[in-house]
This record gives sequence, C-alpha cells and structure tokens, in this order.
Amino acid sequence: MATRTAGAVAPRSEQELLLRGERLGRAMIRARLLEEKLGSLYRAGRIVGGVYLGRGQEALSGAGGVALRKGDVFAPLIRDMAGRLAFGEPMEDALRAYLGSRLGPMKGRDGNIHRGDLSRGILPMISHLGAMVSTVSGVLMAKRMKKERGGVGLTCVGDGATSTGSFHEGLNLAAVERLPLVVVVADNGYAYSTPRERQFACVDLVDRAKGYGVAGVAVDGTDPIACGEVLHRAVERARRGEGPQLVVGTLLRLCGHGEHDDGLYIDSTMKSSGRGRDCMQVMGDQMKKMGREKDWLSWREDAFREVEEAVAKVSAEPVPDPFEEDWWATQMGSGTEVLGSS
Amino acid sequence: MGDADGFRYGGLGFLVSVTYLDAIRSAQEKALQDDPTVFIYGQDVGAFGGAFKATKNLAKRYPGRVIDSPISEDAMVGMAVGAAMEGMRPIVEMQFADFSTVGLNQMLNHAATTFWRTGKPCPMVLRLPSGGTPGSGPFHSQSMETIYSHYPGIVVMTPATVDDAYTMLLEAIAMPDPVVFCEHKLLYYHLKADALPKSAVPAFRAQVVRPGRDITCVTYSAMVHEAVAAAQELVGEGYEVEVVDLRTVKPLDTDTILASVARTGRLLAVGESWPWGGASAEVVARVASEGFELLDAPPKRLNAKDTPIPYHPNLWAAHRPTAVRIAAALREVLRY
Repeated sequence: MATRTAGAVAPRSEQELLLRGERLGRAMIRARLLEEKLGSLYRAGRIVGGVYLGRGQEALSGAGGVALRKGDVFAPLIRDMAGRLAFGEPMEDALRAYLGSRLGPMKGRDGNIHRGDLSRGILPMISHLGAMVSTVSGVLMAKRMKKERGGVGLTCVGDGATSTGSFHEGLNLAAVERLPLVVVVADNGYAYSTPRERQFACVDLVDRAKGYGVAGVAVDGTDPIACGEVLHRAVERARRGEGPQLVVGTLLRLCGHGEHDDGLYIDSTMKSSGRGRDCMQVMGDQMKKMGREKDWLSWREDAFREVEEAVAKVSAEPVPDPFEEDWWATQMGSGTEVLGSS
Repeated sequence: MGDADGFRYGGLGFLVSVTYLDAIRSAQEKALQDDPTVFIYGQDVGAFGGAFKATKNLAKRYPGRVIDSPISEDAMVGMAVGAAMEGMRPIVEMQFADFSTVGLNQMLNHAATTFWRTGKPCPMVLRLPSGGTPGSGPFHSQSMETIYSHYPGIVVMTPATVDDAYTMLLEAIAMPDPVVFCEHKLLYYHLKADALPKSAVPAFRAQVVRPGRDITCVTYSAMVHEAVAAAQELVGEGYEVEVVDLRTVKPLDTDTILASVARTGRLLAVGESWPWGGASAEVVARVASEGFELLDAPPKRLNAKDTPIPYHPNLWAAHRPTAVRIAAALREVLRY
C-alpha cells in the first residue's frame, strides 16, 4: 500500500528493455504525427465535431499500452492515442472514427476519441469522466468468474476525472474486489481550463492511493524511460495479484482541451517548469544519449509514411448512409417491428 | 425447482402458493442454475438475501455468483456493463428503484448505447424494487419507467402478476439487450398464485386481462389490480371495462392497445408515475395520432399527483391512482 516514486531500474534483459523502448518510442512518434495530421484535417474542415490531442502525454499513455499484452483490457480516455497505438489499435481505426468511415468499428455512429474495439480488448469510452473505471472492473470480474487468469485492465483518466463520483466508486469497488486494475492518472495541470488547485485540495493525487487501500506510484510523466519502467512494474504487480495500482504521472497538456481551444489560460511558469517539458524532446535526448539518433529518425520516417498512407486509404472509404442504417438501438428491434411499435 | 425452501409448503409437502417475490427469487435461481454466465450483484444480496429477500439462500447455493456490492450505484451498473461486454449476464439489484438515479449515467449513457455504438450486445438486467407502499415516502416509492423508457437502447418491463414476474424476468435475463425490470413492492408479499407458470406470454406483448365493450383502461404494474377493481365497481352501473396490461412499456405494444380501442371507442391510460410524460402519455399520444377515428370521446390519462410521494398513508392514498379514482375517471370518459 506504500506510496512510492520511480526508483532505480531493476536489471532486466537488455533485449527486452530495447524492445519495450522501441515499442514506446514508435507509439509516441506515431501518435504525435497522426495527431498533427488530425489537427490539419480539422482546420481544413475535413473533420466534424472536435479533435482532442494528447500532445505532451505520449510517454505516459504509450507506456501503459506497451505494458499490456494481448488478452488484457484497455480503456483509454481523451489523450491516449499513444497508448491505443501501442496496444494495437490500427492507425486506420483512429482515422475512421474521426472521418466517420463506415468501415471503422464505430461505423460513423460515434466519432473521434469515443472509439474502441471490444474484439481487441479496447473499450470505447463514454464522455462521462471516470465511468470507465467501474466498467473495466466489470470486465475483470467477469474474467475472474470465467476462471480466466492473468489478465490485467488498464484505464486512463486526467486530474479532472478524479473529482467525479464515478472515479471514486469505481476505484473503491476495484479495491474491495482486489482486481488486477491499473488506473493511470495524467495530472496534466488543467481540466479543460480549470487549474488543478480548483480541482482538488490534496498535495498530490497519489496520496489518495492509501485511502483506497491500493498501491500508489508517482512518476515524471515527461520522462519516457521512467514512464515505461513504472507502468511495466505496475502492470506486472497487478498481474501477480497485488490488487489495483494507482499511477499518477505529472506533466502538462501541451495544447488546448481540443483543437478549438488555444489554451491561452495555461500558466507560462508551468510551461517553463519541469512538468512543461515535451516528452518527445526528452525521448529524442534519451535516444541521443544512447547513441541511437538514427533509430529515432527512422521511426519518425516510418511513422510519417504510415500516417500518409492511412489518411489516403481511409479518405477513400465509404461514409455512413442514413438510408442503409437499420436505426435499431436494441437487438430485439426485429421483435418490436412485428408488434408495429418501437 | 430442485429445492424451494424459500416457499411455503403445505402439510403434504407440496407448494400451496407462490408470491410475486417468490417468483422473482425463483426466476433468478433458475437462471443461476441454467446459465453459468448469470450472476447477481447488489447491496446486501449475499448472505443477507437482499433487503426484500429476493435473493434469499442464493449466495449459499451459488457461491461466488451472488455478490455484495459497496453502496455505489454508479459503479454497480458500470461494473455490470463491463461484465456484460465480457460475455456475462449480470443481474443488478437496486435496493430501491429510487436509488438507481445514482447509477443513471451508466445505464442511460453506457449500457443503453453499447449495442448501437459497438454492434456488441450488453445483456444485463437492472432490477428495480419500485412503486409506493404505505409509509415509504419520497425516496422509497418511485416508479422509474418513464426515465428509462425515454432512452433508446433499453427494454423496460413492468410485470403485474406472479406469472409475469417469473417468466418475464427469465426472458429479461436471456435477452441480448439491457433490461430495466420494474418489480412492484406492493405486490411482493400479497400477490399470490397457486404455482409457478409452465408457459409464458412473450414479454413484449400487452394482454387484455379483463374483456369489456365500453371503455379500454390501459395500465401496467400494480395499477392493473386497481384498474380491475375499478372495472368490477362499474359492473353495477352497467359498464363493461376492458383492462389492458402493457406488461412491457418499452417497446410498447401499440397494436394490442389500438385493437382494444377499436372495440370500445374510449380510452383511459393509468400510471402510478408522475403526470408529466411517461407510459400513459405515450399510450394516449399513439391512440390519438394512430387511432383518432376509433375514438368516441377524448382519451384521458390518470397518474399520481405532481408532487413528491408523501409519507403518511392518508396523503399517499390520495396521491396515487386507486380503484376509486380510476372508477371516477372511467365514468368521466364513459359519460362524455
């Protein structure tokens, strides 16, 4: 139950570390470039609704996705493009949601960040913050009842979501049931425009772990290596049966809430502080220190190509047709048709 | 029923009567027995057997599948959504229908939208001990079918009989969609049948429970019994009232309603819930727009008064529709 901060990295096989590092690095750069493209498409008027970016949160989010494996469950939130890509969501599906492709998992019925694919273990978030905590817990309880062992659930929230009753109820339930759940809080300074001091009064959100009876770990959310290590360990502890893990990453949202928001309210001293570092820059520096600048550049080139190809492909896909929709919200729809009512 | 010590037995060891509550408990037991994906989650449902004893002995017989929850209605429903996505068929018991407001978000925005958004089913049942009983007051008496019915993606059942409590709950559990099961507390202990039913009327079909030629009274849940009593009262005045039990309010079986109004030419829709909107309003709206020419008099609605539900039995009896008030409303339409 102790609250701890990321400490010394335990020795692991270099091969494994390199592989995880590459998965994280690639997810981060793929997310950043894809989101920059989404911003352009939005400004060009090709995306309706909104575009919500995870700029500055790629390390923390991506580390969660890297730490999971097939068969686990992931419930991302608004700023988790990196985590999604790392966990295996195809770039095309992200674009399909934003562009409303009929071939995407949401078929144009829902869009942008409200996407998921239950067959891949990715739960589609609803907009109501904190709601996914209990839902992932339900998936984990079901797995336990079905005697499926070893699966982990991971969900992400921001500092704002921790103020909701849903977050509290969900984490408490998971703690009571001692579920293999990892809750990643991106304490990114602002919930839309509301600064964290108007959101909660405790010094650090990780302090709440003790109150819930769960493990709590704080991490510098701008440091990819630290995020990778902390999330990997948290997921493994959950997998071993050590109960829910609350991971709180400190960082700054390096954009507005959505692309419609210039984020001018973000405090400039916060921007120039440690939490305002861009994790992508930090990753580049870390790669340079390891003498792997070439790798970093080639990952970027691969990601750039992947984005261009995915945009071209999804742009050509069909959009939904209201005349082909069945307009049934229940599966028992055909039964109600027989009765001539809805 | 292999073992049924939740029931009263006669001296010879056979079942002499089954209450509405017994039927609900038995349906859950049968579902637990027949389907390994069924489990029950709710406050005090485990060893204690539930606030109304609807899960009595089930935790002992089905270990690990009748689970006490924290007092967290939002998380209870949210958990069920996740479990349903993972292939289970959770039954969530709310201690009182009124408390389900705390879990509304997960039901209305999550459970209800899952099939539409993902193409994957979300089979779960939310059991709501509903409706007024003497002394229950504003927060232990509510009828919630109006709110749940408004949202697409949810089936809302309102059984009025022991047979329906049993067969419709079994159907609800087997359905691929989220179902809100409004069970009426006033019927729990007092409504009895000789035995559990052997056959079922499909849950989405309304039923004429009392035939009549002069006026149609459409209602559901506990109000069916008040309406039948009112119909009896009017026999002495020479009127034959046809009572239609909706059984399920969403989807609404408009055909059965229109067929009845075609026979009688007059309509009274009765609901225990508040007068603003709801099932009775929907019935009147549909008959007015789809069956206008069948009507010989303006269709009428009768609901509870538009205030919170009062505590004292004197006030409560005047707040809700009763046989006397229903009879008065029927006369008004009949004499138009």
